[in-house]
Amino acid sequence: MNGIIHSIQTLGTLDGPGVRFVVFVQGCNLRCGCCHNPDTWEGGGREMSPAEIAEKATRYRTYFGKDGGVTVSGGEPLLQAEFCTELFDACHARGINTCLDTSGSVLGDKVSALLDVTDRVLLDIKYPTDAQYRAFVGCPIDKPLAFLSLLNEKKIPTTLRQVIIPALNDSAESMAFLNTLAGQYPVIDGIELLPFKKICKTKYDQMGLEFPFEKYDTPSADTMEHLQKMLQK
Amino acid sequence: MKHNNWNGFVAGAWQDTIDVRDFIQQNYKPYTGDGGFLKGATARTGDLMKKIQSLFALERQYGGVLDIDTATVTSLTAYAPGYVDKENELIVGLQTNRPLKRGVNPFGGIRMARAACEAYGYKLDQRVEEGFRYRTTHNDGVFRAYTDEMRLARKLHVITGLPDGYGRGRIIGDYRRVALYGIDRLIEEKKKDKAALANGDFNTDQIRLAEELFQQIAFLGNLKEMAAMYGCDISAPAANTREAIQWTYFGYLAAIKEQNGAANSIGRVSTFFDIYIERDIANGTLTEEGAQELIDDFVMKLRLARHLRTPEYNELFGGDPMWITESVGGMGEDGRTLVTKSSFRILNTLYTLGSAPEPNLTVLWSKALPDGFKKFCAKVSMDTDSIQYENDDVMRPDYGDDYAIACCVSAMKVGKQMQFFGARCNLAKLLLIAINGGYDASTGAKIGPQMPVLEGDKLDYAAVMERYEIYLAWLSRLYVNTMNVIHYMHDKYAYEKTQMALHDTDVHRFMAFGVAGLSVVADSLSAIKYANVAPIKNENGYVVDFKTEGEFPKYGNDDDRVDLIAKDLTHRVITELRKTPTYRNAEHTLSVLTITSNVMYGKHTGNTPDGRRAGAPFAPGANPMHNREENGALASLNSVAKIDYADCRDGISNTFSITPAALGRTDGERVANLVTILDGYFEKMAHHINVNVLSRETLMRAYEDPESYPNLTIRVSGYAVNFNKLSREQQREVISRTFHETV
Repeated sequence: MNGIIHSIQTLGTLDGPGVRFVVFVQGCNLRCGCCHNPDTWEGGGREMSPAEIAEKATRYRTYFGKDGGVTVSGGEPLLQAEFCTELFDACHARGINTCLDTSGSVLGDKVSALLDVTDRVLLDIKYPTDAQYRAFVGCPIDKPLAFLSLLNEKKIPTTLRQVIIPALNDSAESMAFLNTLAGQYPVIDGIELLPFKKICKTKYDQMGLEFPFEKYDTPSADTMEHLQKMLQK
Repeated sequence: MKHNNWNGFVAGAWQDTIDVRDFIQQNYKPYTGDGGFLKGATARTGDLMKKIQSLFALERQYGGVLDIDTATVTSLTAYAPGYVDKENELIVGLQTNRPLKRGVNPFGGIRMARAACEAYGYKLDQRVEEGFRYRTTHNDGVFRAYTDEMRLARKLHVITGLPDGYGRGRIIGDYRRVALYGIDRLIEEKKKDKAALANGDFNTDQIRLAEELFQQIAFLGNLKEMAAMYGCDISAPAANTREAIQWTYFGYLAAIKEQNGAANSIGRVSTFFDIYIERDIANGTLTEEGAQELIDDFVMKLRLARHLRTPEYNELFGGDPMWITESVGGMGEDGRTLVTKSSFRILNTLYTLGSAPEPNLTVLWSKALPDGFKKFCAKVSMDTDSIQYENDDVMRPDYGDDYAIACCVSAMKVGKQMQFFGARCNLAKLLLIAINGGYDASTGAKIGPQMPVLEGDKLDYAAVMERYEIYLAWLSRLYVNTMNVIHYMHDKYAYEKTQMALHDTDVHRFMAFGVAGLSVVADSLSAIKYANVAPIKNENGYVVDFKTEGEFPKYGNDDDRVDLIAKDLTHRVITELRKTPTYRNAEHTLSVLTITSNVMYGKHTGNTPDGRRAGAPFAPGANPMHNREENGALASLNSVAKIDYADCRDGISNTFSITPAALGRTDGERVANLVTILDGYFEKMAHHINVNVLSRETLMRAYEDPESYPNLTIRVSGYAVNFNKLSREQQREVISRTFHETV
C-alpha cells in the first residue's frame, strides 16, 4: 500500500539512534497545541510506494553506521500502519534498522502488525494527566497508555519523549509520571525531554492558522537540565 | 651507509638511497588509542603565542600587511636572521629579518611586485626596479609567447587565475629529506644524478635537466648557508627531535624565501617527526610536554608565513592563504594505520595555540582509521572548524601511502611527483558563449569558433549539447596550450630550485586543469532537458537571458537525472583535455575546486538557464548551488560523491556547513554522528569534504562585529580562512551558503 508522504529528510540525528533517514508522513488525527509540523496535519502530500522509499533509503545505508536507519515520523505514522509495515519490511530486507516516532494514539490489528517489524519506538507522552490530554491533544490518555502496554507486551525497545512546555508540564509531577511509566514498563530504556520551540510559528502564519501555544514561553536551558536530573532513565 | 645520528633506527633501504617512505615504514609506531595522553600548552608556549597574537592584531590594524622590505629581493640568504623572541624560541627562522615583514619576489613578474607594494602604500625600491629592468621574468616570458586568443580568453575570464604573473606553487619539496639525510648527502646524490646524464644524448630535455640539477645543487648549498646564519649546521642528519623539526622547517623556509607560489604545502611530516619523538622519549631526553612544545613552535612558525599579494590576487584567493597543507593520518599499504601520537599532537595545536587557518590540516580519512582518532578528528572539527578530510581509500591506490595534499585537494607522492598548476576555466560562461555562437554577451567580444546563435524559441537539449561539445573541444585545446606556455616559461625563468632539489631527479609531472561553475551548468542543462527554457535575445539577436518554466531536477538532491549530467561533464572535459599534448609530457588531471574565486567567476558570467542571475556567485568547488538542496544534507553529499575521482584526479572539493543542533543533542552524539557521516560519505568514494559545524548567526555576528571575532576560522573551499580576512563580498557569499539545519 502506498503512503502519503509530506517530505523526506536524509540527515536526521534527533529522531532515533544514530544517523537516520526520516520519512515524514502526511496526516494526523491529533491537533496538539505545541505541534511544530502543522503542515503535516491534512491534505497534500505525495504518494510514494514502500519500495520506492526503501530504495531511496538504501542510498544512505553507508551513513547509518551501527546505530542508524530509517525513522517514520509525521504526521501520525500509525494512521498509515499498512504502508509503514510494508516499508519496514522492505527496510529489514535491506538490513536497515527501523524506528517509529508516534503519539501512540491509534490502535488495532494493523498497528499491532506494524510493531512486529519495528525495531524501536519513540513514544511521545505529552502530559501527565487525562484532563490535559483532552484539552491540549484531543484524545484521552488511555490511548497512548494502551499503546505503551502493547509495546511492553511485544518487547519493543522504547524511548519516551516529552516536549516541555512551561506552566503545562515542566513540573515534578510530570517527571514523576514519566518515572512511574518507566518503572512499570521495562521496554522503556530512555526518556528524552525536548524543549518547546516557537520557530514553527512561521509555518502557522503561512498556512493562515493561529499558533495556539504562542502564549507559552520556551523553557530555559536550566529548566531542561533540572527536569532531566529528575528522571531515572 | 651508516650515521651515528641514525642510532636506534631500524636499518633499511632508506640508508642507501633517498627513500623517506622506507624510513617511515621501518620505524614508525602506529597509535590506536585516543587523545588522553595529550598535554596542553606550556607557559613558554603560551607567552610566545601571546606575542604572536599581538603581532597578528597589529597586522590587521595595518590593513593586512604589517611591513614590506621593498629594497631586498627575496632569497635564501638575503635577510639577516629574524626572530620573534630569540631566547624563547625552540624552532627558529623567518622569511625576512622580522616577523610578518614581507619580502618582494619579482621573479614571477615585476608588475605584480610593484602593484602589491603600492596597494599597501609602499613603493618598490629603485634598486630592485633597476635590477629587473634587463631581466626577463616569468611573466615577461609568458606574454611574449601568448597568442591573441590566449590573451582574449584570459581577458574575458573564460580561463582565469592562471599563474602567469605569480609563482605557480603546488609543489611540495620533501622537506623531511633535509632532516633525515643532511644537506651534504643530498648534494652528493644530486651530483651523481648529474654525472649520470653524460651517458645519454644531450637533447633539449637532457640539457634543461642538466641546468636544473646545477641549480638544485647550488640551492642546497644556499640552504645550508641559510641555516648556518641561524647557527645551525645542517650538513649531517638531524640527531634528535628538535633538530629533525628544525631541519625540516629550514627546508620549507628556504622554499618560501625563494618563490611565492600560490600554495606552499608542507607535505606529510607529523608521523615522520613521531619517529624522532618516540626515540627521544624512549632514551629519556624528551617528555610529552616537550614533544608538544616542539610541534607547537613549528606550527607557530608556519602561522607566521606570508607572501606579498595584490588585491586582484586576493579576490581569487581570499584570506591571505599560504596553503601550508599538512596531511595527517591515512593507512599504510600493509594495512597498518599511519596514525601516530604526533597525528594527534599536530591537531592538538588547534587547542594549544587556538584555531587558525594555517597550517591547512588535512586528515586522510579511511574506513580503517582507528576509532579513537576518528572521534578526536570529529571533536576537533566541531570545536574549531579548521580541518578538512580527504579520502585515503580512493587516493592510496593511485598514490601509495606516502603522498601528501598540495594546496586543497591535489594529491602527489612526496618528493616523487609534482604538478603544473593551472587554475580553472569557466564552464558556465562557456555554455553561454556556445549558445551565442562565439559571442560573449557580458563584454560584447567574439571568441572561439564563430557560428550562428542557436535557433528556436525553446532550447533543445540535444542541440545545446552538440554545440557545447564544439566549444568544449575548442576551449580544452586552448587551455592546454596556454598552460604549456606558462609552465615552459616558469621552468625557464622561475624554476623552483630548492623544492625540486628535494624531489627525485626523475620526477613525475601532472598538469592540473580545473573547472568552475559545475553545478550551474549541470542545473542549466537539467533545466534545458526537463523544463522549458526559452532564450531571450537582445536587439542584436544575442541571447542575454532565459525564461525557464516548469520543474527540473537540481544537483544536490541525489537525483541521478541531473547528478549524472554533472558527472558526465567532468568526464567530457578531461577527455577533451587529454587530446592535446602537454609540456614535459605531464599527465593531464582535473579538479573541481574554486577557492574563493566562485564569487569572481559569477561576477563575470551572465544570466544562466538554471535561473541564476548575472553576476551572482557560483557555488564553490563541486558544491550544489546554495539552497537548492531539498532533501537534506546526505542527499547533497551523495550528489557530490557521484563525480568520479578517476576523471578528477586533482580533486573534488565539497564544503559542508551544518549547525551543531543538526548533528545531535549531546557532544557525544554529535561526535559519533559526524564520524558515521564521514565514513558513509567516503564509502561512496567521495573525495573531499570541508566540515564547518556552526550557525549562520555566528557568521552574521562576525560580519557585523569583526572585532569580537578576531580568530573565527572557517573552511571555505579546500582551505580554511580567518573569516575577517575575507572581503565583504566573499563574507556575504559564505553567509548565503546552505547550512544544514534541524527541521
